[in-house]
Amino acid sequence: MLELYSLKKSFGQVNAVDDVTVTIEAGQMVGIIGRSGAGKSTLLRLVNRLIEPTNGSILFNGRDITKLWGRDLRLWRASCAMIFQQFNLVERMDVLTNVLIGRVAHQGPLSTVARRFREEERALAVQALDRLDLLSQALQKAGTLSGGQQQRVAIAKALVQRPEIMLADEPIASLDPANATRVMDALRKINREDGITVLVNLHTLDTARTYCDRIIAMRAGRIVFEGLPAELTRERLQAIYGIDGSDFELDESVTSTAIAPLTTSQSRQKTMA
Amino acid sequence: MTDLSLAIRNFETDYADARKSARRVQAVSTLLFLGAVLFSAYVGGFFAFTDVTLPSGERVSMLKIWAGLPRLGEYLEKTIPTLRFATLGSDLAEWFWRWETWLRLLWETILIAYAATVLGVFGGFLLSFLAARNLSPGRPVSVVVRRYLEIIRTVPEMVWALIFVFCFGVGPLAGVLAIGLHATGSLGKLYSEANENIDMRPLDGIKASGGNWFQQMRYGAVPQVIPNVISYTLLRFEINVRSSSIIGYVGAGGLGQEIRTAMSLQEYTDLSALFVIILFSMTVIDFLSERLRHRIIGISEHWT
Repeated sequence: MLELYSLKKSFGQVNAVDDVTVTIEAGQMVGIIGRSGAGKSTLLRLVNRLIEPTNGSILFNGRDITKLWGRDLRLWRASCAMIFQQFNLVERMDVLTNVLIGRVAHQGPLSTVARRFREEERALAVQALDRLDLLSQALQKAGTLSGGQQQRVAIAKALVQRPEIMLADEPIASLDPANATRVMDALRKINREDGITVLVNLHTLDTARTYCDRIIAMRAGRIVFEGLPAELTRERLQAIYGIDGSDFELDESVTSTAIAPLTTSQSRQKTMA
Repeated sequence: MTDLSLAIRNFETDYADARKSARRVQAVSTLLFLGAVLFSAYVGGFFAFTDVTLPSGERVSMLKIWAGLPRLGEYLEKTIPTLRFATLGSDLAEWFWRWETWLRLLWETILIAYAATVLGVFGGFLLSFLAARNLSPGRPVSVVVRRYLEIIRTVPEMVWALIFVFCFGVGPLAGVLAIGLHATGSLGKLYSEANENIDMRPLDGIKASGGNWFQQMRYGAVPQVIPNVISYTLLRFEINVRSSSIIGYVGAGGLGQEIRTAMSLQEYTDLSALFVIILFSMTVIDFLSERLRHRIIGISEHWT
């Protein structure tokens, strides 16, 4: 269980994340939606401790994450794997090594110099690659892969971290619809099969509706909605995305990246069954 | 239509104004540049006059640079050896009469450059990560390392060599340390600039997986800069061979000591022989190093 208490992050005068208090139950797939600049990315980076909060605290299973330091901090980062919009792979290294980088938190300095990983770790990486259908590309350079493949490499890397939480920051924002679907399917499969909590930033509403158990909406650093996807009514969406005082009609199919947005309710029923 | 043409007319006026002010800036800066060149030439003594005695016995005042040019030819003429077609073999043997010593010293020169390059690569590579603004673990660290690199490369190799000859005595050790120290400073600077141009996202990815600073460098930064590092290193080796061929002038090993002897004993043809040896070996090394550089950059696509 991940608990955030009045979490705040300021960049100068701007409060990117402002007084966020929320609880994420273990094993859920939670989508975070909101306009660009609403503070979604900052929130995920705070949880992974890539950036330091100005105020507030993060608790994971009762342990205060905000106080971690040194090796404990690195182990925490390993246990909440982060997936980035731009994949953040080392393009000049092969796919297998990129996946093995998920084990760095457990690697000594000499092995780092020699780029040596234990046999079990290599087995873990190969398993993860196989699971994401990338084993045949294992020895290719990561930079030669397509965007969708690179994002799946990033997910494989996240998997070998043996995380308890996965944080995905706009994982499909730079992908075409077919690859976006594959990536989201992979994330949901990991969530269902491995019981890993997934926290995913999305800017397409229908994706959030299709894949997530719960949805958190942010606006100007604050949480303005938290609940089931079905509870996201037109009025609430207006409050989340609307431009103040203007007549604004949101058409979900316009912003959609899914291949068949109209079947969202069907596919949702299928996964819930 | 009238609206459009009005917009176009307005644009044309603005464009003409912009062009005019650009031309003005260009003219002014050209004048400033010319002025600066003339001023520094004046300070440098380019327009100084000197008194010269003509063959007729008349003394005239003359531009120093004009008066001095013939002397350059005179000096070069003295270094030209006598080579006759009939006795070419023995003439060449006389020109390169100390070839055994020179060859040994040439070998020593190249080894000095090689050892110094290795030193420079080690020091420069390690320090470059601390010096790079985007990678340094802390601002004070990067400032200190940058200043250190600046100091060791600002002091000329000759001065380092003098200091090390004083410490460690005459011989190649002083040369290796002097050139190695200078190379550390230069390579550290070049490497750190390569480091500053890398994509930081992979490092973020490694950090997010629990990697420490060292691991971020090893996995995130090193693979990105390897081609640059190899290319700079080979270039530096070429430069170091040039340096080590003169560094013996102050007693730090290599061919330079022969240049000094030849100059002080006014053995002009020895000077030209040494010049030919250095020119020839530099050409060969430059050629080989360039080939190697292109080869390795091709191969290094597979290194990480």
